[in-house]
Amino acid sequence: MSLLGEDIMTEEGEFVINIGPQHPSTHGVLHLKVWLDGEMIKKVQPHLGYIHRSIEKMSESLSYRNFIYATSRMDYLSAHINNQACALCVEKGLQVEVPPRAQIIRILMAELTRLSSHQLWWGCTGLDLGAVTPFFYAFREREAVLAIMEESCGARLTQNYCVPGGVMYDIHPNFQNRVKDVIKQIKSKFQEYDDILSGNVIFEQRTKGVGYLSPEDAVSFGCTGPTARGSGVSCDVRKWFPYDGYEKVQFKEILETGGDCYARYMVRMAEMKQSVYIIEQLIDHIPEGDFQAKTKAVIKLPKGEFYQRVETARGELGVYIVSDGAASPYRIKYRSPNFSNLSALGHMATGSKIGDLVAIMATIDLVIPDVDR
Amino acid sequence: MFLKEYFGTIFRSVRSLLKGMKLTGYYFTHPKEIHTEEYPDNRATLQMFDRFKGEVVMPHDDNNEHRCTGCQACEIACPNGTIKIITKQELQPDGKKKKAIDTFVYHLELCTMCNLCVVACPSDAIVMAQTFEHSVYDKKQLKKVLNKPGSKIMEGVE
Amino acid sequence: MSLFLEISFSAMANGLHNWLAGSISNATLVSVTEMAIAGVSLLLFLVPLCFFLGYMERKVAAFMQIRLGPNRVGPKGTLQIVADTVKLLFKEGLTPNASDKFLFNLAPIIVVVTSMLAMAPIAFAKNFQIWDINIGVLYVSAISSLAVIGILMAGWSSYNKYSLLGAMRSGAQIVSYELSVGLSLISIVILTGSLRMSDIVASQADGWWIIKGHIPVIISFVIFLIASTAEINRAPFDLAEAEQELTAGFHTEYSGMKFAMFLLAEYINLFIVSAIAATLFLGGWMPFHLGNWSFFNNVMDYIPGSLWFMGKTFLIIFIIMQFRWTFPRLRVDQLLTLEWKYLLPISMVNVIIVTMMAIFGWHL
Ligand code: SF4
Ligand code: SF4
Repeated sequence: MSLLGEDIMTEEGEFVINIGPQHPSTHGVLHLKVWLDGEMIKKVQPHLGYIHRSIEKMSESLSYRNFIYATSRMDYLSAHINNQACALCVEKGLQVEVPPRAQIIRILMAELTRLSSHQLWWGCTGLDLGAVTPFFYAFREREAVLAIMEESCGARLTQNYCVPGGVMYDIHPNFQNRVKDVIKQIKSKFQEYDDILSGNVIFEQRTKGVGYLSPEDAVSFGCTGPTARGSGVSCDVRKWFPYDGYEKVQFKEILETGGDCYARYMVRMAEMKQSVYIIEQLIDHIPEGDFQAKTKAVIKLPKGEFYQRVETARGELGVYIVSDGAASPYRIKYRSPNFSNLSALGHMATGSKIGDLVAIMATIDLVIPDVDR
Repeated sequence: MFLKEYFGTIFRSVRSLLKGMKLTGYYFTHPKEIHTEEYPDNRATLQMFDRFKGEVVMPHDDNNEHRCTGCQACEIACPNGTIKIITKQELQPDGKKKKAIDTFVYHLELCTMCNLCVVACPSDAIVMAQTFEHSVYDKKQLKKVLNKPGSKIMEGVE
Repeated sequence: MSLFLEISFSAMANGLHNWLAGSISNATLVSVTEMAIAGVSLLLFLVPLCFFLGYMERKVAAFMQIRLGPNRVGPKGTLQIVADTVKLLFKEGLTPNASDKFLFNLAPIIVVVTSMLAMAPIAFAKNFQIWDINIGVLYVSAISSLAVIGILMAGWSSYNKYSLLGAMRSGAQIVSYELSVGLSLISIVILTGSLRMSDIVASQADGWWIIKGHIPVIISFVIFLIASTAEINRAPFDLAEAEQELTAGFHTEYSGMKFAMFLLAEYINLFIVSAIAATLFLGGWMPFHLGNWSFFNNVMDYIPGSLWFMGKTFLIIFIIMQFRWTFPRLRVDQLLTLEWKYLLPISMVNVIIVTMMAIFGWHL
C-alpha cells in the first residue's frame, strides 16, 4: 500500500494531471498535461495526434473533385465552409467564374453553417460551465438549421455541397420558405439565450477577466476568428479578403476589446445576429441562373501554387495547393484555425484555476479533428 | 457608498438568477414545448427529405431492368473505393460483343455518402436512397450487390 | 380523514409501544425492539423515497430541458430507476489496486450512515417522529457535518488525483457553508426558544415562521436554501464532483453498488435538507391557516399533516432541483467568496435582528 503524497507527485515534486484524451470537457480527444499547484495551473501542455487521419497526405492521391469531401471531416462544424475553401482554391487555379446564383447559395449555406456552429458552441459553453439546460435550447434551434441543410444538401453535417465551379445541385424549392421560418424562430430565441446564460451572474463571474489574451499575443500566436476578435484584432477574412461576393453583402465585423472569455463569448453571440442579418439580406435576392459553371470532366490545375483563405466559424482556414499539372494535387496544406488558437491556450490558462481552464477551452471553441487533421 | 454597491451587487445577482429560473420554470410548466423526437415509435410517419443521402441504390423497373452500362465512371469518381464493378462481354443479337455489368459491388461500410458517384454517372443508373437504418450484426452484410440477379440493361441506354 | 390519519400514525406508534411493553417485561428489550422496528421501517421508507427522487429529478430536468425524460421502462418511465439500480447491482465493484482498500470501502458506508442518522429527529406528522430529542436542530447540523469525513476518505483513498482534488474542494466547501446553515437555523431557534423539533413545529400553530417572522426570517430561509444546497454538494455548488472539470470528483473510482451508495446519500441528504427547511420555516406538518377564516382553516385541517409535510418538503426539493438545472457552476474561489463575503455577514446581522425581534416580541 502506498501512501498518498509520496508517488502521486513527479520526481521533481510536481502535481501533474492529464486532462483527456477522454475527458468530458475537451470536446474530443485532446490531451492536456496540466501542472498544478493546488487549484492553480502552472503550465499547460497540449498533446495532439489522437485523431490524426492524414487528410492532407490522402488528398494528394485524390482528384481535384474528390479531395473536397474529406475536408468536411476536419472542422465538422463548419463542414460547408471548409468545402467552400477547397472549391474556391481549385476555381482560382482553373480561373473559372462561379455563377452569381451559386455564389449566393454558398454564402447562405456558409452563414447557416456559422449559425449552427455557434449554436452548438453556445450550448457546449453552458455545459462546460456546469449549466446543462442551455445545451438543449441551443440544439432546438440548431436542429432547425440542420433541417435546411438536410433538405437542400442531403446531409446534416458532412454536406459535400460545394464542387469546383459552384454547388452540386440547385437549392430545394422549399429552401427560401424554410429559411425564413427558421430565421424567425431563431430571432425570437436570442432573448432566451441572454436570460439563461449571458446575463447570469454566475456566468459573468466565471468568464469576466478569465483567460486574458492581449491583442499582441493574439497576433503572435496566430489566433484568428472570434478568439482574436475578442481581443480587438480585426481579422475577418470576409472583410479583408472577400470571396464569393462577400464584398457585396452588408455586415459588421464584431470586435470586443476585453480579451477575456466574456469578450470572446460576446463576439460569438453578436456574430450569430450578424449571420442572421446576412441571411435576411440575401434570402429574397437569389439570382436566377446556373448553379454550376461548366468544368472539364477531369480537372487539371496548371502548374503552380494556389492559396485561398476563408472565414470559418472558428477563424481563418487556408488551403494551399501545389500543382504539378497532374490530375491530383502535388501537395496540399491546410492552415487550420483551431491549431493556432489552441497554441494560445497554455498562455491564457497559466495562473488561473482548473475551472477557468474549462471556460477558456470552451470560449476558444476547439474542434479537435481540425487540430489534428 | 460601499454598502450601496454591496447591496446593489446582491440585488442584481438575485435578479439575474431569478430570470434564469423563470425561463426554466416556463418550460417546466409548458410541456407543449417539448421537442423530443420519439424515433422508433414514429417510424410509420417518419418522412425523410427527398434528397437525404442514405445509401447508393440502383433502381430497377418492372421488367428487372436497370440503366447501368458498366462504364465505371462511378468507380473512378468514388474517392474511397466503395464501388467495384465487374464487367463481362455480352453477345448482342447482331453478333457483336458489348460490355455490360456482371456485378456492381457496393461497400456500404466504406461509403461516405458524398454523392460524387451519382453525379458522375452518365446514364443516371444509380441514385441515393433515403434509408438510414443500416446497422447489422455482421460486417459482411454491408457488402451489397446493387444489380439484381438476372437483371439486364434497359433498351436504349447507351 | 385527517383525524384518521393523524390518529393512526400516533396510534400506531403508541399501540406498538404498549403492545411491546405488555408482551416484553424487560424495558431495555422493549427499547431495542422499537429501535429495530424504527430502523427497518426507515429503510423501507428511504429506498422508495430515493427511487422517487431519482425519477423526479430526471423528469424535472427533462421538462426544463424540453425533453420527455425517461419513458421506456414501466408506465411513463417510472421503473427506470429500478432498472438502473439493478444494473448497478450487477456491475463489478472495482477497487483500484493502489487504493487504501479499507478506507475505500468504508467511505460510501460512512456517507450513507451519516445521512440516515440525520433522519432521526424529523417530524413527519404529529407525534410521528423517530426520536424527539431535545436538541434536534443541533443534532442534525452536527451529524450532517460528519458527511465530509466520508467524502474526504473517498477522495483520499481512491489514489486518483481527480478524486483528491474533489475531496479537498469538498472539505473547504462544507466547512465554510456549515456556518451559514447553522446561523440561519439559529434564527428560528431564537424565535422558538427550543431546539426540539416538535416544539418548533408546535410554535407555528398560529402561522408559519416565514410569515410570522417578516423579512429577517425570509432572509434566513433563502440563506438556508443556498447554503444547504452547497452543503449537500449539489449544483451549482457541486465542485466536489464537477463533471466538466474533475470528471466525477471524489467518486471517480467508484462503481457498482458503492457508487450507488453515494447516489443514495445524495438523495437522502436532499430530502433531509428540504425536510428541515419545511419544518423550521414552513411549519412542518402544520396546515396553512389564515387569520379568522374558520371555514378555510377547517378545510385546511382536513388535509392530513403528513401530506402537508411532504408537500412542503417536495416544494423545496423542487426548488433545489431547479437551481441545479438552471445555473452554471461556481468556481472554487467564488464559492468561498459567496460564503465569507455575502452569506456569512448577512446571516450574522440577520441573527442580531432576529434576536431583537424575539426579545421585543416584534413577530406576529
Ligand atoms: S457516395 Fe461517395 S463514397 Fe459512396 S459510393 Fe458514391 S462516391 Fe463513393
Ligand atoms: S452506375 Fe453509372 S457510372 Fe457506374 S458503371 Fe453504371 S452507368 Fe457507369
